[in-house]
Amino acid sequence: MMAQPQQPITSAFTPLVKRNNAPYLQVNKVWKHYGNFAALKDVSLEIKDGEFVCFLGPSGCGKTTLLRAIAGLDPQSRGEIVQGGQTISLLPPEQRDFGIVFQSYALFPNLTVAKNIAYGLRSLKLSRNQIEAKVTELLNTIGLSDMAYKYPAQLSGGQQQRIALARALATEPSLLLLDEPLSALDARVRLHLRQEIRKLQRKLGITTIMVTHDQEEALAMADRIVVMNHGIVEQVGTPEEVYRRPINAFVANFVGTMNLLPVKVSGNKQVRLQERLINCRRYKKQQTAAAWLAFRPEVAAIKPAGLHGDDKHYEYFNGTVLHTEFMGNFLRIEVNLSDFQQSVQVDVSSQHTDLTLCMAGHQVSLAVPVNELQVFDRYDNSAATGDAGHSAVATDEVAA
Amino acid sequence: MSGMASDHLSGGFQNKELEEQGAIKADKVRLSRQDYIQRAAVLLAVLFLFVALILPLGTMPIKSLQNAEGDFIGLANFASYISNPALFQSVLNSLQIALISTGVVLTLAFLFAYGLTRTCMPGKKTLRALTLLPLFAPSLLPAISLIYLLGNQGIFKEVLMGASVYGPIGIVIGMCFWVFPHVLMIMVTALSNSDARLYEAAQVMKASPLRTFFTVTLPSAKYGLISAGFVAFTLVITDFGVPKVIGGDFKVLATDIYKQVVGQQNFQMGAVVSVILLLPAVFSFAADRLVQKKQVAMLSARAVPYIPKPNPVKDNLFLAICLLVVSAILLVIGTAAYASFVSFWPYNMELSLQHYDFESVGSSWDYYFNSIEMAVWVALIGTGIVFFNAYLVEKGRAFEPVRNLLHLMAMIPMAVPGMVLGLAYIFFFNQPDNPLNFIYATMAILVLNSVVHFYTVCHLTSVTALKQIDGEFESVSASLKIPFYVTFWRITLPVSLPAVLEISVYLFVNAMTTVSAVIFIYSSDTMLASISVLNMDEAGNTASAAGMGVLILLTCLTVKGLHWLLSQQILGLTQGWRNR
Repeated sequence: MMAQPQQPITSAFTPLVKRNNAPYLQVNKVWKHYGNFAALKDVSLEIKDGEFVCFLGPSGCGKTTLLRAIAGLDPQSRGEIVQGGQTISLLPPEQRDFGIVFQSYALFPNLTVAKNIAYGLRSLKLSRNQIEAKVTELLNTIGLSDMAYKYPAQLSGGQQQRIALARALATEPSLLLLDEPLSALDARVRLHLRQEIRKLQRKLGITTIMVTHDQEEALAMADRIVVMNHGIVEQVGTPEEVYRRPINAFVANFVGTMNLLPVKVSGNKQVRLQERLINCRRYKKQQTAAAWLAFRPEVAAIKPAGLHGDDKHYEYFNGTVLHTEFMGNFLRIEVNLSDFQQSVQVDVSSQHTDLTLCMAGHQVSLAVPVNELQVFDRYDNSAATGDAGHSAVATDEVAA
Repeated sequence: MSGMASDHLSGGFQNKELEEQGAIKADKVRLSRQDYIQRAAVLLAVLFLFVALILPLGTMPIKSLQNAEGDFIGLANFASYISNPALFQSVLNSLQIALISTGVVLTLAFLFAYGLTRTCMPGKKTLRALTLLPLFAPSLLPAISLIYLLGNQGIFKEVLMGASVYGPIGIVIGMCFWVFPHVLMIMVTALSNSDARLYEAAQVMKASPLRTFFTVTLPSAKYGLISAGFVAFTLVITDFGVPKVIGGDFKVLATDIYKQVVGQQNFQMGAVVSVILLLPAVFSFAADRLVQKKQVAMLSARAVPYIPKPNPVKDNLFLAICLLVVSAILLVIGTAAYASFVSFWPYNMELSLQHYDFESVGSSWDYYFNSIEMAVWVALIGTGIVFFNAYLVEKGRAFEPVRNLLHLMAMIPMAVPGMVLGLAYIFFFNQPDNPLNFIYATMAILVLNSVVHFYTVCHLTSVTALKQIDGEFESVSASLKIPFYVTFWRITLPVSLPAVLEISVYLFVNAMTTVSAVIFIYSSDTMLASISVLNMDEAGNTASAAGMGVLILLTCLTVKGLHWLLSQQILGLTQGWRNR
């Protein structure tokens, strides 16, 4: 579960397949209404050929609705979806080109593993031998060749999900849709299977969309992440972009943990806290004066109180240590900042920090690089307290 | 990689104003061949229920507003019905019988169900199985048996202390036997739905057993009790067999319809009584649906099932009560069986098979085979139609309003008493200008009528079974480009086989035992065993009537036994996937 120390996370998404620049899948201004409730509000999106994209968001954000609209299972109310140059938004699902895997596996319980995988091959009018060869090949690919004549109920959850994947890939669709495929599995299997899915996807070069509410999963697997909330797309970007440069407080707090401190804007490189001006990253003009000053727990360093060093590149905040959790390779410290009357979370390496500073009640000074101090619009306080979904993932952070 | 930042297209805040425009009506998605096939099937199902249920029922209120010549006369029929004290008395009688029977059955069934679910008494499975016996015989059978037990020459006649069993006493006792298994099933379910943690909490807070009963047991079973009450009330008020056999001069609504239609050929008045009989049935049906909706929310998924602890006093007390009830059931069924073999009750108690020579009393074994033929057809055709229609309702794609309509129509038969439906079939199919007139007086109309009459329970069983199947099978098939009917045949049907078998047995047993649903529409060629029980009893050949009744019972038990074997053996082979 522990992630790497903070470093550029480039290696994870070096594409192995070639990509042409024309988008393979285009979602244009798609709306979805259930009665008066809009589950998708004017969503637009482009996905490249061979790309692995994650739809990430809290439950009810519309990510599954968007996936099902792309599949045609629950067609959009308005808007257009183009796949491989063809407008598919008005086609019934059986005339579209996709394979799908569900959280529940949806394996046919009365058919053997082999027959499950072969189920869709009937529609291709293949000979018996061809079907058999194809099934054997797929079983080899997912490493379950000795399971061909077992029934789904005799397999573990992880095995069942791999069968479901093989069944979806059997007809060689050019788009693979994964609807929370790992959510029903326990943590270890999940970790293993996500690597396997990613490996298989790279090997086949198949354009893939995965819906998930697990930000760690999205960061680890995706080429690009589409962060959604309340039926709109909040941000689209590589995992690194979404994590390091979130576009607003919601994204910041949904993907990873972000300390948010209420301030007022002042120019475009500073914010104001009462009398004090705080340097920060350059930010765009805000719609309101109210803003959040934000930094990740892992960018702050903890120093003895009153020790101020490099004023040009760092901002210093005085506070008192409330308590410390030992997390193995790092310490999670809660510090109450006297200037803000609010506590923040700081993660420090357990090897390179003076542990005596981290005892509860200690007066400390937090040093935060100016370059890592970001500013977001502050409409309301919901982002700071964390939306639904965030609390579920807050405990296993990608941070160190 | 850095270039990707630019191609993100955020549908974010700048499009807020578009939200209002989003309310414009949705794009029409093109329909595939599959969609057309499926929609045609749904429409066909709706058409089926429309022709076989709605149209016939519609004739009922129309007829009740007409005179014998077919002229519209407003509510005159109703006025003359109400002003006729002899007729109106039946309303009061029916209500009285229904209320008393419901009260008695609820009490007995509650005690029995409590014994089964909340005590550690021995022999629960056997006791439970024996209570189901009355389900496999026509309601006439317990009534006939009561004549032997408590009638003028009955064995236990003194128990009544001079009162006659012919009349309200006989009807109530007979009803209790017939309704008991229906009510017990609901009660057992209701009392099983209990959360052990509530009892632990009550114990920790030192509540007395009595207080626990009133604050935990009763409230959690409340909806089940109410539902059972409605079911009992409806069954009693609409049953025809028991009052016909043992009612004597005591008139109830169900026998009135029969008398008006068969005795006096007064179809208009029959329609009036039918409409009146529909009211309590529809009312209790509606109330029951309402209550059951609430029941769903009662039990949380995390409830811990209650496991009773041994308590010798309580266990033995309930064992005694249950044994008493089961003995009574066995006595009633056994008496009928025994009486059918006795040469001439009570003068010559020698055993013989003479009463099974139905030809000698103007009846025939053919009637029995007619019944079997009909029951087989009902089971085959009914199961197919009901299950496939339920599949369309539950797993169909889009087309929601029509699918909901189909579901709604499937719920109606439960509220329609068998006699009312039968009479409606006469009105509808006997019209010379009805293109379906040709099925009148054939086996087909009997089958159709029975399928429709028992539709609702089968539909609900199918829907429950279908709901347990993963909802994404249809999505997966669509993505694999396999038509829905292939998936229905290869996956849905095999997976639901237990439910399908259960439905077919239910249909067979009910078609075999029903009297009220078919009493108006059989013909001389399609005379049925259950009707002949009635006719033989009416003609005074009570022993032969009992014999035919026992024959029906044995047939149903055999089929049930076969069903059991089938579920044990063949399901064990073909459903190997169920075992881990």
